[in-house]
Amino acid sequence: MPKILTYIFLFIALYIEIFFLITYFEFRKKEKSTKTKIFKKLPSVSVIVPVWNEEKTVLKTIFSLLNLNYPKNKLFIFIVDDGSTDKTWNVLQRFKNHKQIKIFKKENGGKYTALNHALKYIDTDLVGCLDADSFVHPEALQRIVSRFEDPEIMAVTPSIKVFEPKGFLGLIQKAEYILGIFLRKVLHNLDAIYITPGPLSIFRRSVFEKLGSYRHAHNTEDIEIAMRMQKNNMRISNAHNAYIYTVAPNNLKVLLKQRLRWVYGFIKNALDYKELFFKPQHSHLGLIVLPAAGFSIFATLYFFIMRIYSAIENMILKVKEIYTIGFHFNSFNIDLFYFNTSIIIFISMIAISGVFLTIMVSRYLAEEKTKFGFDSILFLIFYTFLSPIWMIWALYNLVTSKSSKWR
Amino acid sequence: MIEWKKYTYTFLITAVIFITAIFASNYFTQKRINEIKNIESRISVDILASETQFSLLSELSCKDIGNSFLSQELAELGDKLSYMENNRGTDDEEVINLKKYYSLLQIKDYLLMQKVNERCGAKTLFIMYFYSNKKNDCPDCQKEGFVLTRLREDYPELRVYSFDYNLELSALKTLINIYDIKDEQPTILVNDEVNYGFKSIDDIKEIIPVLKEIDKQREIEKTFQATTTTF
Repeated sequence: MPKILTYIFLFIALYIEIFFLITYFEFRKKEKSTKTKIFKKLPSVSVIVPVWNEEKTVLKTIFSLLNLNYPKNKLFIFIVDDGSTDKTWNVLQRFKNHKQIKIFKKENGGKYTALNHALKYIDTDLVGCLDADSFVHPEALQRIVSRFEDPEIMAVTPSIKVFEPKGFLGLIQKAEYILGIFLRKVLHNLDAIYITPGPLSIFRRSVFEKLGSYRHAHNTEDIEIAMRMQKNNMRISNAHNAYIYTVAPNNLKVLLKQRLRWVYGFIKNALDYKELFFKPQHSHLGLIVLPAAGFSIFATLYFFIMRIYSAIENMILKVKEIYTIGFHFNSFNIDLFYFNTSIIIFISMIAISGVFLTIMVSRYLAEEKTKFGFDSILFLIFYTFLSPIWMIWALYNLVTSKSSKWR
Repeated sequence: MIEWKKYTYTFLITAVIFITAIFASNYFTQKRINEIKNIESRISVDILASETQFSLLSELSCKDIGNSFLSQELAELGDKLSYMENNRGTDDEEVINLKKYYSLLQIKDYLLMQKVNERCGAKTLFIMYFYSNKKNDCPDCQKEGFVLTRLREDYPELRVYSFDYNLELSALKTLINIYDIKDEQPTILVNDEVNYGFKSIDDIKEIIPVLKEIDKQREIEKTFQATTTTF
């Protein structure tokens, strides 16, 4: 039975991987032959920066926005201090008379309330959000805005990279975020983006006029707003060359909490928007993208449990052997006869080759200098051990109805 | 507009990859089976050759009969068969057939070595081990397997013949009847003496005291070597 289940899981995983790779290469061909249009008259843009105890990074975030290559009379920054308890508000005072910047202070109510607070004062064509731990590439906004030339596009997401990745966790996240660039590009090609991430996703103001403001959405308002847009058939695009740099957690506890919030938020929002699943009217989003995202959680867990089970089984066998005959080194046998050539091994080898190809394509999209890096190796080795932890935790919270927290 | 074509093409590509993997895996399994068959046929020829040589030369040329031949090959064959059994399952028809042939070869080798012992006064050590592969039938068989593998490695002069008690093979049934071996595994047969239940390394050394003598001999050699190196 577990063998058949493994085959089914492998088949679906391989199917999704092939589907995404085909989509990427199919659209790469098309994109080469189409030229990007450039706005004659650039739209006005407001960027909301919600801050909570971000005295160390907020200045860098604001200066990166001020350095954007975008007309100063068309770019406005709204900083909302969501009841910080550190010196963030004092730090922000230097901008109180800045022409482009407006600062607000309110009682702590969560990120979505900070965003909604600023939305009330905004009358620009476009509006976006930038987390206070992220910094923008000078050309990012121009590249994002160019996507709005298509009147059907209602929101545009950027590509997110890790800012100065440090240490083991930093490098693993660097590789993960780079893979995310590929994934978002593919989802864009499929018209199935279901997250508009905090670091500089830009919307037409009319989105909020038509759909209403941000919601609590299990602390993942960026997933909810995207799903709400998809439900209302609003198109979301991606500017893969609009780079935003975000500070990634360098501490396992913080990382786990962040991922727990993401996974838990995804599952809860997916349940809230379950009508999007398996519905042909929502095209690829309903037929493959959302089911694949849900499947990835269960597949990761399944393979993790199988690996743990097999490791425990081998350990018990070894302990039994040591207990029976004492410690004894088994001679290493390099006879080809004993090489594992099971079906699972062949499929896994093909699936891993697909992952290698995906990593190389992602690094090309992310304009990395090398096709493969040390971070990619760490990611391949350790990610499959790390990700099940927050997935199990999220499922546990889901079953026990325990909600996730921001920090 | 949904591109059903892409869904279908992806399904076909995935299916082709799966089918190729199944074929590749089967190809390598078949290669393994062929390798086992080749070893079996090589051993069979070797046994036949030894038997013929033995009949031709009779008692006078005991020195021409090798004592250590086949032992290693039989052990290797046993390991490979047990690997195949783990991978393909104990019910696999092909594995059962290979096991039957392997059991026959072991019996033939045992008979030949007994003759060599009788006629030439050789002191080849034998252990006949009867196990069961049926689920929950023999919880101690795995442990006994560890013990015998270790002994085989430590004492190359020891021949371990292992038999699946439940294998449908007339020659094996005859062997079981001759020694009146009950359906209680693990069973160890040494010098016509049947021992039931798990036997540790020390227990087996008690049953085969020669192994203790070998240990002593090795100890003496070690001490001698250490002394000569010091001087």
